[in-house]
Amino acid sequence: MNFDDTPQEAEFRAQARAWIDANAPKQYEEELRKASLGRVVLKGANILEVAKAWQKKKADAGWAVPHWPKEYGGRGASPIERVIWQQEEGVFGKLTAMFIIGQGMCGPTMMAYASEEQKRHYLPPLGSGEKVWCQLFSEPAGGSDVAGLRTRAEKDGNDWVINGQKIWTSGAHYSDYGILITRTDPTVPKHKGLTMFFLDMKSKGVEIKPIKQANGNSDFNEVYFTDVRIPDSQRLGNIGDGWNVSLTTLMNERMSIGANVATGFPELFEFCSSLMLDGGPAIEDRAVRSKLANWAVRASGLRYTSFRAISALSRGERPGPENSIGKLVAGSMIQDVAMYALDLQGAGGVLSGPEDAEVAGKFQAMLLRSPATRVEGGTDEILRNIIAERVLGLPGDIRVDKDVPFNQIPTRGRA
Amino acid sequence: MNFDFSDDQKQLRDQARRFLAEKCPPKAVRAVLEGKADYDRDLWKGLAEMGFLGVAIPEEYGGTGAGHLELCVIAEELGRALAPVPFSSTVYLAAEALLLAGSEEQKQKWLPKISSGEAIGTLALFEGTGNPSPAAVKLAVSNGTLTGTKKPVADGAIADFAIVAARSGNSGREADISLFLVDLKAGGVTAKPLQNVDPSRQQAELTFAGAKAEPLGAANEGWSILSRVMDRAAVLIAFEQVGGADRALEMGRDYALDRIAFGRPIGSFQAVKHILADMYVSATLARSNCYYGAWALSTDAGELSEAAAAARISATQAFQHCAKQNIQVHGGMGFTWEFDCHLYYRRSNALALSLGSQSYWEDQLIDRMRKKNAA
Repeated sequence: MNFDDTPQEAEFRAQARAWIDANAPKQYEEELRKASLGRVVLKGANILEVAKAWQKKKADAGWAVPHWPKEYGGRGASPIERVIWQQEEGVFGKLTAMFIIGQGMCGPTMMAYASEEQKRHYLPPLGSGEKVWCQLFSEPAGGSDVAGLRTRAEKDGNDWVINGQKIWTSGAHYSDYGILITRTDPTVPKHKGLTMFFLDMKSKGVEIKPIKQANGNSDFNEVYFTDVRIPDSQRLGNIGDGWNVSLTTLMNERMSIGANVATGFPELFEFCSSLMLDGGPAIEDRAVRSKLANWAVRASGLRYTSFRAISALSRGERPGPENSIGKLVAGSMIQDVAMYALDLQGAGGVLSGPEDAEVAGKFQAMLLRSPATRVEGGTDEILRNIIAERVLGLPGDIRVDKDVPFNQIPTRGRA
Repeated sequence: MNFDFSDDQKQLRDQARRFLAEKCPPKAVRAVLEGKADYDRDLWKGLAEMGFLGVAIPEEYGGTGAGHLELCVIAEELGRALAPVPFSSTVYLAAEALLLAGSEEQKQKWLPKISSGEAIGTLALFEGTGNPSPAAVKLAVSNGTLTGTKKPVADGAIADFAIVAARSGNSGREADISLFLVDLKAGGVTAKPLQNVDPSRQQAELTFAGAKAEPLGAANEGWSILSRVMDRAAVLIAFEQVGGADRALEMGRDYALDRIAFGRPIGSFQAVKHILADMYVSATLARSNCYYGAWALSTDAGELSEAAAAARISATQAFQHCAKQNIQVHGGMGFTWEFDCHLYYRRSNALALSLGSQSYWEDQLIDRMRKKNAA
């Protein structure tokens, strides 16, 4: 049992470290370190431009998507080398948040289903950040029932004509391309009538409306499709096989296990060390210590769980569904941590402005963002189902719509 | 990175699991629980023959000298099987104290007997309600003899010798405390078994009336030795807890697959699934914290005290959570004497208190994290 790299891993790490040390935009390091829970604000700089510049620089040196094949812009790194890269990139990885969906989900799907010519054309600029991609899966009527989607694609000559609406599409407002799952046959059970495409987000008939969220930000969008035409050559996988194509996309996400999951704990520990309560520093209060200790072991438990997963990766094993626990544990923890940090501030905890609130309102921002963490990319409840069914082997939920043609599934509960 | 046990260690785990499945079925645990014996002598002998008692004791003292990672592996299996034997008091506490602070003569005398199963040892620290602290030690030493009472002492009435924390000064500080080794069969000590929440493991009161005591380790350094022993035992007991948590989770899972209600297995209901998923989460977090503890223990790393506290807290939570929810998944059957759920429930709560309360370890963890951050 050890934390050591193999000689090859150590060699790769040394290369990565040296390159990052010489090239990373260090002027933003301090601000990036402080940024929490997806909120990266750089003073006097456009985050999008900084992010694209960093990604381009990495791409020119072959570090942008290290685990991709060379011909598509990568360097053919192994899964464990990808993890090492992420560890070494550290806080600078926060800059690349806007590329995660494209590189983590859309790229691998293109790699599995696009033609060779398409791959050579679309993948390198995706890897280098020149072109941003989004994933058009969720719909208003879908929620966790992803396969219940209603956006239609109808064949017309060599094209498909798309009508419908997607929602919760991260980054659609600055994306160049997207992968899109549609219903091509409503007369068969829901999983069997889906087909996947990719499209140019500037296509005629695509309308993008940012959604104002509970925390006041607008990171997600609604995307409307009105008679949007997609050539059949941009279909990914067979007609009616869209569900399996989308599973490829989702499975690939499990490979990104190296990145740190935000729990809010380091921030809370630091806060409690400096905050003065009536009787002295908060961290000397017995009740505070008990709370901190309980969150400390959750944070360290996640950290060492990821080390166990990395060890398995280093042995050449593939990550499994057990990696669902990261977001499940961290998601509710960050919400509880934020609530507790506000409580420690007493009546003043209600203030959220950077001038008035403790630590510039970091915990207030965390509080207002954290509900989304427990929903996006799989709700807590879906993650528990995944653990129960795929790790513990319990029976699947009863699905009354399983064998029912999609157009005969009821759409209203109390109609 | 290879943050996992080796293939040899995994083989040892399989070997220990097979051995315990045969020699330590629930029936054997119940025999002790129901008072038919004070511990399972056959199992104890078997553990000695397998070399498990001396797995972390060097060969020169009769052990196999394999190491502490191997001991962690065995601890987990003993926890799964709820082994009704004085393993933790003898091996994690007494043997570790001897290895850390014993004189050559003491090691020569006791460690081979521990390895061979001839001697049972224990640590006598607590004096009634409360957490470990120098001020709570009232039992006093004078002219090489001890006077006072210790309770609860795990396996106190079946132990051959005890490591005893005694007061050698009156400042109320750590320097007042020294450790002594007492041969419990030599007179001057009376032992009384006490009722406790887990009768498959014995707790006793030891009354010392002028009992002859030989120093263990340097005078006035008892507390710092104790702290190190407690940290090491915390990691090892945490592995027992993880073993117990995993078994309770398995029992709940198996029952949820078997038991039909409303026309389908109860494990297909989301409410039951989510109970089991949460049990898995707590057991997994605990296991990962324990692995870190095992690494720190086996390398004697500077991080050991922090890692031990984290493993201890996490594993206590996991075992209590899994044992409690296993009963819930079983419904009314879970509360019957006949089902084994209560055996795990009892053990989880007994182990939770075996080295002081959760709040004590929470305090320790935060202290250690602060020290690290300050450094």
